[in-house]
Amino acid sequence: MREVAIIGVGLTKFGELWEQSLRNLYVEAALKAIKDAGVDHIDSMYVGCMSSGLFTGQEHLGALMADYLGQAPVPATRVESACASGGAALRMGYMEVASGQSDVVLVGGVEKMTDVGGDEATYALATASDQEWEAFNGVTFPGLYAMMAVAHMERYKTTVKQLAAVAVKNHLNGTKNPTAQFPAKISVDDVLNSVMVADPLHILDCSPITDGAAAVILCPADKAKKVAKHGAVKILASAAATDTIALHSRKDLAALDAVAKAASVAFSLANKKPSDIQLCEVHDCFTIAEIMSTEALGFFEKGKGGPAVEAGETAIGGKIAVNTSGGLKSKGHPVGATGVAQAIEIVEQLRGQAGARQVAKAKIGMTSNMGGTGASAVVHILEAL
Amino acid sequence: MPTARTWREYPQRYRYEAAVCKKCNKWHFPPRPVCDACKGEEFETKAMRRTGKILSHTVIRVPPAPFKDQAPYAMAVIEMDDGPRITTQVVDCGDGSLKIGQKVKLEFRRIYDDSEAGSINYGYKAVPA
Ligand SMILES: [Zn+2]
Repeated sequence: MREVAIIGVGLTKFGELWEQSLRNLYVEAALKAIKDAGVDHIDSMYVGCMSSGLFTGQEHLGALMADYLGQAPVPATRVESACASGGAALRMGYMEVASGQSDVVLVGGVEKMTDVGGDEATYALATASDQEWEAFNGVTFPGLYAMMAVAHMERYKTTVKQLAAVAVKNHLNGTKNPTAQFPAKISVDDVLNSVMVADPLHILDCSPITDGAAAVILCPADKAKKVAKHGAVKILASAAATDTIALHSRKDLAALDAVAKAASVAFSLANKKPSDIQLCEVHDCFTIAEIMSTEALGFFEKGKGGPAVEAGETAIGGKIAVNTSGGLKSKGHPVGATGVAQAIEIVEQLRGQAGARQVAKAKIGMTSNMGGTGASAVVHILEAL
Repeated sequence: MPTARTWREYPQRYRYEAAVCKKCNKWHFPPRPVCDACKGEEFETKAMRRTGKILSHTVIRVPPAPFKDQAPYAMAVIEMDDGPRITTQVVDCGDGSLKIGQKVKLEFRRIYDDSEAGSINYGYKAVPA
């Protein structure tokens, strides 16, 4: 297997982008990535997307995006793993370059979520749960994460203020990110006084509905430095794992075992340990998900994720900077784009291009992208080249 | 929801039919083709006892469209006394203040009106035992 590097990145603005279509979003991010990398061709491409069919009525995104990017006849395939679609697409691109099948691969993720109303978006997102045995009975995604939060609070005495501290930190980080959907300085009280969605989760514990796309260019690591126009980052490890589709079947409602499994595989592939990681983009679709992710990834012991965020250990400048981009909470969560956008944040940090949110001397970073209530997990470890 | 699917799920939603692994005796609800404990592929159909306890809970205040007439409503992950876990509404529970470990039993109830299919979907909801 060859070593693989990311040599170019491209992001659209994240937000309610009424004037932008699904295909235009993908093409904009892809063109930016191609120009950033400075490559004159691509050999193959992937499209991470969760639910274009339900959000826009469009499937068959591989061919659509290759066509509109002017890249037909290159091979192009859509990858779907719910909210981990972007991370899963990155993993496919990584494996294609690592295997020697292709030299220059474009991996993009996209979601166009605002062409439908709130009810339809709720329905589309709920398809990432077990439709027949969870959603049928009336549970929503906030409801499922709320039950994870209640289990975590009961077991570890995690508090609603600790949940709120995740939102406060991530929205503050978002104020330093020009592509963020909701850059805002908010307080713990703002979160606790916001509308309750599913007890104990308030609306400010939840990530938003977002349009957006993100793309990266991959090539063999030994060619990366020569080819890349704006710096390259090596992918030290790409790992994935699964768990039961239904939350209720999990061994432990207060743990993300698929994330833990993917992380342990990634650490062993990269020959690194949690304390080697300086910054990590985790899947904070809800505030409790960030706390449980930082525990599953091994940054904190089980039950210590809540106190850690409250103590500032996950802030920029803390023990490990978590979600410097603002995370899904503040940057926005176009579900299929998220996994790729997480990798882009790490690339920008490791290239020293993160501006006001730059982590000093960042050398090794990590991403943790999750689908559903944690039934899919994809983890990447990246190192500055 | 297609009516064929509704019909296919009657044995579980109406009669609590589970698949009990012939090799390791694990109860599966709903039935599955492969036992996730021992990889066994042979099962016996048995009806679950309708009693269990709450493992976690919430109150849904922003419901999916078909449940708008019922919100806010309590939901819970329940561990049935025969072992399987389910996600279901908890009703007739006063102000909705549920506790982890609380005993509940399942009752046959209306779940939601499926306006698209022109049918009413029935199934189980939990009530305090
Ligand atoms: Zn078995």
